[in-house]
Amino acid sequence: MKLESLEGQRAALDASEVSSVELVESALVRAEGAGADLGAIVGLRAEAALAAAAGSDARRRAGELRSPLEGAPVVLKDNMVQKGEPTTCASRILESFVSPYDGAMAERLEAAGAIILGRANMDEFAMGSTTENSTFGPARNPWDTSRTTGGSSGGSAVAVSAGITGFSLGSDTGGSIRQPASFCGVVGMKPTYGRVSRWGLVAFASSLDQIGPFTHSAREAAWVLEAIAGHDPRDSTSLPEPAPALESALTGDVKGLRIGLPREYFVDQGAEPGVVEAVRGAVSELESAGAKVVEVALPHTPYVVSTYYLVATAEASSNLARFDGVRYGRRAENVKDLDEMYRRSRSEGFGREVKRRILLGTYVLSAGYFDAYYRKAQQVRTLVRGDFDRAFEACDVIVGPTYPEVAFPIGARMDDPVSLYLGDIYTVSANLAGLPGISVPCGQHQGMPVGMQILGRPLDEATLLRVADAFQRRTDHHEHRPPGSP
Amino acid sequence: MLALCAMSRITREDVERTADLARLSLSKDEIEAMTHELGQILDHVEQLQALDTEGIEPTAHAIPLATPLRPDRASPGIDPDLAVANAPASDGHAFVVPKVIDGEEG
Repeated sequence: MKLESLEGQRAALDASEVSSVELVESALVRAEGAGADLGAIVGLRAEAALAAAAGSDARRRAGELRSPLEGAPVVLKDNMVQKGEPTTCASRILESFVSPYDGAMAERLEAAGAIILGRANMDEFAMGSTTENSTFGPARNPWDTSRTTGGSSGGSAVAVSAGITGFSLGSDTGGSIRQPASFCGVVGMKPTYGRVSRWGLVAFASSLDQIGPFTHSAREAAWVLEAIAGHDPRDSTSLPEPAPALESALTGDVKGLRIGLPREYFVDQGAEPGVVEAVRGAVSELESAGAKVVEVALPHTPYVVSTYYLVATAEASSNLARFDGVRYGRRAENVKDLDEMYRRSRSEGFGREVKRRILLGTYVLSAGYFDAYYRKAQQVRTLVRGDFDRAFEACDVIVGPTYPEVAFPIGARMDDPVSLYLGDIYTVSANLAGLPGISVPCGQHQGMPVGMQILGRPLDEATLLRVADAFQRRTDHHEHRPPGSP
Repeated sequence: MLALCAMSRITREDVERTADLARLSLSKDEIEAMTHELGQILDHVEQLQALDTEGIEPTAHAIPLATPLRPDRASPGIDPDLAVANAPASDGHAFVVPKVIDGEEG
């Protein structure tokens, strides 16, 4: 079993073949080498991580394992806070911010015995699909360093893909976990909205944001989700349900399971042929394992991207109003009054994509446009939810491509926001409807990984992971590694 | 609605007014570029107007929850020293900002 995967690390730790300190030492070396070359890692806490690893090794010797994550290194997307550590959201405006408190993810991971190694690159404030909108510079795809990692959680995807850590956390507002997972050839999961606490996650669009794991396998994703899910009274949108038992659901059995294939994802608004072919191959594999395929309709698919960008930017414009140079973050110098301080601090601190989205969100919420844009989008959001309610009467999961194409060259879409936004057509619906979704590597096209997206009913992560695990038991796409892997 | 039927493209003046609402100062070049890009985006989202949403309830949250309540008991907040630790300017436990009100100091 190889040490770059969480499962491999767990087995080696259990067999006393390696210590947590050794895992952290080699992860640090890898993070400073490949992690820096690929623009994946933006901050390391070497000393604290080594101390935590020594603590984990002591627990292991005493037979006090906290979870399957005990002793395993992990990186957090740089929008989740940890006490005493910087959190930048890859933005100039937060370049010197140090968190005064632990976010829920830092607490949960520590309680699970995992070792937080550092912070992963991202699009500024999670706004983007390429991890190019970062004050640290772009992240690079390990499969082809001239191509984008996807985003916005690109650094977290690379950490797992390039074998820096066995798992990582990202956040997904419109596909920001699933799409980079697809581009980098790893598993990425967005749980049901409210499943994982957002306490200590810097808000982008509060009704859409959800934290989730990157791993190589569905089984590992189940371990991570069991550790991070569950009610948190500090997040008022946190679901009251306890963390679900997930590993026990991974039976490998999909006999009689109904897989819904939306015509819209394969034909009407279909992906490029090489991507469709890989996903159809994966569906055939599940069929041969006993699953049944049914066609379902998601008729509002052509409208989901518009709906998403109206809702998300409106919420972002409100959330990012807090960055005003008063209590934390960058403050412009030599200002003559408070108003100028607000304006210059924000204008100097935010990058272009963030400004564009704040402007769009402010515009659609402004007097005279609210009903035509924002309210309209909220109504269409209801219609999109209705599509999924009806589809899930006929099927148990919905399968399609995660993204219409494979990873494209860095810089290729920088000046064409609309065409970049349109690529989010298969991922944003899960955020609008609150559904769990997972991207699983299912083949290659042009030498680059292709992801299959599986969407489930709200709260039904167990079925989602069972299907993904059953697929991975029968195939080896998740075992393919990019060039230069350890 | 009237503004949308005839034309969807946003004007420079709209962008300037919106930037003012958002407390952003944009350069001439930025205003030019944003007018163009926001125009493209608004042209695209115009497609929603074709959908009949008469009588459809808006969705604000996909998974509606009742507003959670907690017991009305005091619990520790953040340490005031830590609360001001990230402030660009502070005085004791206060955030310092440029003078807000004109006139003689009292």
